[in-house]
Amino acid sequence: MTLDRRIRVYLLEAHFQFIDVLREPLFSIPVLAFPLVFYLFFGVILNFGGTSMPMPTYLLATYGVFGILGPALFNFGAGLATERDTGVLLLKQTTPMPVGAYFSAKITTALIFGATVVSALFLIAAYTAGVTLHPWQWIALAGVLLAGVVPFCALGLAIGAWVKGRSAVAIVNLIFLPMSMLSGLWIPIYVFGDFMQNMALVLPAYHHAQLALKVIGMDSGQPILLHVIVLAGQTFIFMIVAALGFRRAGGFSIRKS
Amino acid sequence: MENQFTGSDKSVLARLSSVTHHYGSILALDGLDLEVRQGEVLGVLGPNGAGKTTAINLLLGNLRVQQGSVSVFGQDPGALQVRERRGAMLQVSGISGNLTVRENIELFSSYYPAPLAVAKLLSMAGLEDLSGRRFGKLSGGQKQRVMFALALAGDPELLFLDEPTTGLDVDARHRLWDEIRTLEVTAVLSTHNMAEVDALADRVIVIHHGQRIADGTPTEIKSLAAGRLVRCVTCTLPDEIKQLPGVIQAKVRGRHLEVQTTLPEDLVRNLLARDEELVDLTVEAVDLENAFLSLTKESP
Repeated sequence: MTLDRRIRVYLLEAHFQFIDVLREPLFSIPVLAFPLVFYLFFGVILNFGGTSMPMPTYLLATYGVFGILGPALFNFGAGLATERDTGVLLLKQTTPMPVGAYFSAKITTALIFGATVVSALFLIAAYTAGVTLHPWQWIALAGVLLAGVVPFCALGLAIGAWVKGRSAVAIVNLIFLPMSMLSGLWIPIYVFGDFMQNMALVLPAYHHAQLALKVIGMDSGQPILLHVIVLAGQTFIFMIVAALGFRRAGGFSIRKS
Repeated sequence: MENQFTGSDKSVLARLSSVTHHYGSILALDGLDLEVRQGEVLGVLGPNGAGKTTAINLLLGNLRVQQGSVSVFGQDPGALQVRERRGAMLQVSGISGNLTVRENIELFSSYYPAPLAVAKLLSMAGLEDLSGRRFGKLSGGQKQRVMFALALAGDPELLFLDEPTTGLDVDARHRLWDEIRTLEVTAVLSTHNMAEVDALADRVIVIHHGQRIADGTPTEIKSLAAGRLVRCVTCTLPDEIKQLPGVIQAKVRGRHLEVQTTLPEDLVRNLLARDEELVDLTVEAVDLENAFLSLTKESP
């Protein structure tokens, strides 16, 4: 396959997967709206006083993580599971489509949705919640948040490789919502007791949130390297779990039924 | 294993040789041989679970070969050059439902080095009026026509049609048959529908329990299921009536004598005259499934 044809396939695959998801209101509305509505409600309107940290700033980072996590898990986890079940992935596998085009389109779609949520959160934070950060902090925060696509897409891939299409959305929600809560994405982690805080150490969203909070100086004080190593290790484990799932299914797309 | 795609053998586009395939402990294919010759539409006929889809998925490179050998255009069936030259219509319950017919076709066309024009594909599949409609909003027959257009997107030399009209009503089925018939392409058609094979195929192989049990023209295969099946409990032996006019085959199964015949009334009169004690008489249509069963029984 020539290079420009390959580029064209990658672009078209991403373009059409994005449009497909955008036109699915059951996906696009919750994934786009939940982080924004929650941030407006908990971060701006309710704005608990009495803590030492400015809540709108703190929650900007954690709802940013929430906003990246959703599209990555749903697009990869639920999307992949559904497309394996319907057989469309099998059909695409019989064409000359490079497998990489399919997966990179999924990552791109998650990235575009995530970037949209993060941009909207930044606008709300800056113009309605009065959050003030150094320019470098805005940029670094955006970069750290978007990098979360990597471990979260890997988690989504692992889920999508194992679950059935029909139950995929439910299973993704069972991971997405409790993990968001327990990682301190909705309510600051320091509100929880020690036990809960220690439990959070196993959750990728916790480590990602800590990295985002590090940018604005509001993290729990663990070293950056710890978070990076845990996230890298978990990404690796998710990839292995995904590979085992595909192998069990007899190929990356053969239906199990 | 010999090289199966040299010199004299150029007319064979795809081949399964002694292929055996298991899913866990379930045997799906049992030493199956199959050749697809240039220019023909090969029907692969068999009841559900006979191994048709497994055979197709092996020819498409979707399954790893466990035993035997598979080649398409003389190459590994999953090779890029092979994928570029063939198209497939699989049993897929849906593609991107939120994309329009045209968008889905554009996407699949982009995968191929020399795709047919989107307008041409729309017209070949009779989709001109539906090009702007979302795939999810189409009827079953319309969806299958889109899948057909996707299979043709790369202007294939070899086309795989896996149960292309399953679940369609009669009108939709005939419409798709008409569209398939206008193509001049080598094709493999798997189906459990004799009428479909009759309408489309030049040659048929019948698969049952993963084995090839018959090979012939649709007319030859159809004659296997001709006439009526007469069953009864009687002391008359198969050999005594095999020579009667209209009798295709006769055998004993369990307590019953089973006779396939094109002249059931004559046969019944004859049987009753031979044996007054005859009981439990039934006359029924020979469906393909029965024909398959009798074939399996008789094959060594």
